[in-house]
Amino acid sequence: MQTALVKCTINGVPTETVVDVRASLTDMLRNDYRLTSVKKGCEVGECGACNVLIDGECFNSCIYLAVWADGKNIQTVEGLLGPNGELSDIQQAFIDEAAVQCGFCTPGFLMTAVEILESKKLYTRDELRKLLSGHLCRCTGYENILNAVEKTMKRRLGIPVE
Amino acid sequence: MVVGKSVKRVDAFDKVTGRARYTDDMADRSAYIVKILHSTIAHGYVKSIDKTEAEKIDGVIYIATCFDVPNLPFPTAGHPWSTDPHHQDIADRLLLNRHVRYYGDDIAAVVARDEVTATRAVRALKVEYEELPFVLDPIQSMQDGAPQLHEEFQNNILAHTRLSDGNYAEAITEEGLIRIEGWYRTPTVQHCHIENHICFASAESGKITVVSSTQIPHIVRRVVGQALGIPWGNVRLIKPYIGGGFGNKQDALYEPLCAYLCTKVGGRLVKLDVSREETFVSNRVRHAIQFHLISWLRKDGSIVARKAECFSNQGAYASHGHGIAAKGGGAIRQLYPTPNFECDMYTVYTNTPASGAMRGYGIPQAMFALESHTDDIAKQLGIEPIEYRRKYMMPVGYFDPFSKNVNYFDSLNQCIEKGKAYIDWDNKRKAYANQTGDIRRGVGMAIFWYNTAVWPISLESCSCRMVLNQDGTLQLQLGETEIGQGADTAFSQMAADAVGVPFEAVHIISTQDTDITPFGTGAYASRQTYVAGFAIKQTADILREKILAYAHKLYRMPVALIDLIGGNIIRKSDGQVLGTLGELATEALYSLTDSIHLTAESTYQIKSNAYSLGCCFAEVEVDIPLCKAKLLKIINVHDCGTLINPALAEAQVHGGMSMGIGYGLSEQLLFDERTGRPLNNNLLDYKLSTMMDHPDLKTEFVENPEPTSAYGTKALGEPPATPCAPAIRNAILQATGVAINQIPMNPHVLFARFREEGLL
Repeated sequence: MQTALVKCTINGVPTETVVDVRASLTDMLRNDYRLTSVKKGCEVGECGACNVLIDGECFNSCIYLAVWADGKNIQTVEGLLGPNGELSDIQQAFIDEAAVQCGFCTPGFLMTAVEILESKKLYTRDELRKLLSGHLCRCTGYENILNAVEKTMKRRLGIPVE
Repeated sequence: MVVGKSVKRVDAFDKVTGRARYTDDMADRSAYIVKILHSTIAHGYVKSIDKTEAEKIDGVIYIATCFDVPNLPFPTAGHPWSTDPHHQDIADRLLLNRHVRYYGDDIAAVVARDEVTATRAVRALKVEYEELPFVLDPIQSMQDGAPQLHEEFQNNILAHTRLSDGNYAEAITEEGLIRIEGWYRTPTVQHCHIENHICFASAESGKITVVSSTQIPHIVRRVVGQALGIPWGNVRLIKPYIGGGFGNKQDALYEPLCAYLCTKVGGRLVKLDVSREETFVSNRVRHAIQFHLISWLRKDGSIVARKAECFSNQGAYASHGHGIAAKGGGAIRQLYPTPNFECDMYTVYTNTPASGAMRGYGIPQAMFALESHTDDIAKQLGIEPIEYRRKYMMPVGYFDPFSKNVNYFDSLNQCIEKGKAYIDWDNKRKAYANQTGDIRRGVGMAIFWYNTAVWPISLESCSCRMVLNQDGTLQLQLGETEIGQGADTAFSQMAADAVGVPFEAVHIISTQDTDITPFGTGAYASRQTYVAGFAIKQTADILREKILAYAHKLYRMPVALIDLIGGNIIRKSDGQVLGTLGELATEALYSLTDSIHLTAESTYQIKSNAYSLGCCFAEVEVDIPLCKAKLLKIINVHDCGTLINPALAEAQVHGGMSMGIGYGLSEQLLFDERTGRPLNNNLLDYKLSTMMDHPDLKTEFVENPEPTSAYGTKALGEPPATPCAPAIRNAILQATGVAINQIPMNPHVLFARFREEGLL
């Protein structure tokens, strides 16, 4: 087994990890850091459940080698809570809009939502559908997830939400 | 009162913070990893498996082949066990099978130190087969001379049953009847819960503990016991949060194999994590069913006689078996009552993946056939399709002598009214009546009925435990499981009202542990809210009686004068608060003279069922040259009785509609005709709907409180998935005039039909 040292920041904390060079970033985050919000649904980049932010951009961590994370800034759902454990607005919106059912796709969706929200752009509902379409969900029919993202986007941009 | 309010899910915080723990999140890293070797032929015998090379690989701990496992055939269906041998599920598979019956059958398993080693060892196993001819289609499989899958089932017919009312043969001789006939075909589809099935097992204190992603912990415990030939009490099954199930996990999947392998490595922890590709093929799928319907009608549309045949593709192993076809046939009989009715239902083994339970259990298939057929009848007779349905659908007061169900309310008409209004039916039917050109629009609809729970087919009971804490809060435990649908929240709401405490005072224990959790059969048949309602109410009454008896001692008031409301002991005559439940509970526990831990536990068996009813309306735009149907608008309307939590009910309907849309337009598991090999067992090639494939999903409800139900509620989990495909099909029929009798209605199918009808 060939190993390599990966130095990266995970949820704001600098880390150093010796990894199997074949390991995915999903493996590293789940196994070495027990960041179990990073879910495995297909392990080939089809479902989006393992999605994390790498330097602010979304990636399926299952098809992103752990060694590529060297020097990067990784963010998972565990990093979304405020300093006193308060929920972020998008997490609260997922609760309020009943956008959570089995919960397995939720963390991945949340991270894509964060990327969308951080862009500070106003998207149409159809544009949001496209931006979120890399995630599969079998419970919700996506309806309330879309509502949660759209409403949070509008609130952040100061647009009235009914 | 909290029942009827859209309170937030009790598990939502944990799920949005990533703290909710699913099976893989609980497995210790020390676990050995299991990988399964699946057959690469569709039918035949394993002659030999050479382990030599695999065993040389460093890190391989143990290899089991089909020649090693005990010869103990076991059933896998997630049905309650029947003590009557005639009603027991068919036991037709072994832990690993020497007689290979489908491409993907389990023939060997490797236990290794890690995943890479296990995978390498699986690849190093050398298999010799004796190949046999195979058959993929149930009708071909029934023919004489077809390859035989299971010796004891002649012509591969797992079961054939017949429903018969009146005298079909005589009735059709009436003069002047119009005969309308159709064949309707539904595909093999898969549940596609986002968490694949996974389990791990270890042994301690002489027991095997299995942690599994399952909907039915108490049932799986029994099946593990049967498969290993060990006492059921020696198996402990733990079910944490699961990432969806939809019926696939209403089966014992790999828990028995995982437990067996654990015993072979000295009880060490072994984990069996199923890949997405394996999930599609080697778990369960939905039965593909072919229906043949013949209706004999008078000019006014009245149905004088109807004949139905259904041929249900069971795949290689019995799993839930004939239950699916039988439920579908029964639905056809009751939705449009017909004096002379004959229905032959065949469930037939083929060399394809085993079909099991999937959301709707035969009704999405039956509704596609029947509601397509109903629109064909209306069209041929020149009757407006809703008018036709209103005249001949299940009437108010309809009684089914078998289930004892009564159609108490005018639910179907009430649901249809709401659907019509949303889709703007009358105007659009007119506007779309005579279109030409490449792009055409249409509106269509379909109705359905659905049972609630499984009585009288099998056992319906639920057990509940309540344990009072010192602060007046309580733990609530049920064998019925949270699988994403929101069961824990609904149970907590019902318990809060039944006991008389605030919602926040109910701590539901989400995890089932068969050593601790009272018996319940689990999540299936849209049963849990209905069945658990009775058990919660009964157990709450027992707990309240004990609390009020203690309050009587504390406050010296007659029991008849006191009540527990909102967590306070109240004197009913003047509304005076005598004390809080927390004060009472603390005193009761620590009293030096009269100490008691206030708890209650009871089982409630139900012997009733209930009609859940509703409809779907859809609007489509069909691009004829592209052969593509685009869904523009869709609404489901349900009468599932009183809503316990309207927001969660609506969310659950969205998910069912999404599944129904995929069923109608895009999903299908395909097999190579020459080899039986699955062709698209991954989430890229299997077309599961994405967010871009849906319009907004609209949901409405009609709330007629179900009189047989503890909380007025009835089935909602599965019904939403049942009417969407035929509603879309009927919209395409209006748009193009072309009847599509096969789903998914993808461009391949539309192209062939448009060609046949001269549109292309």
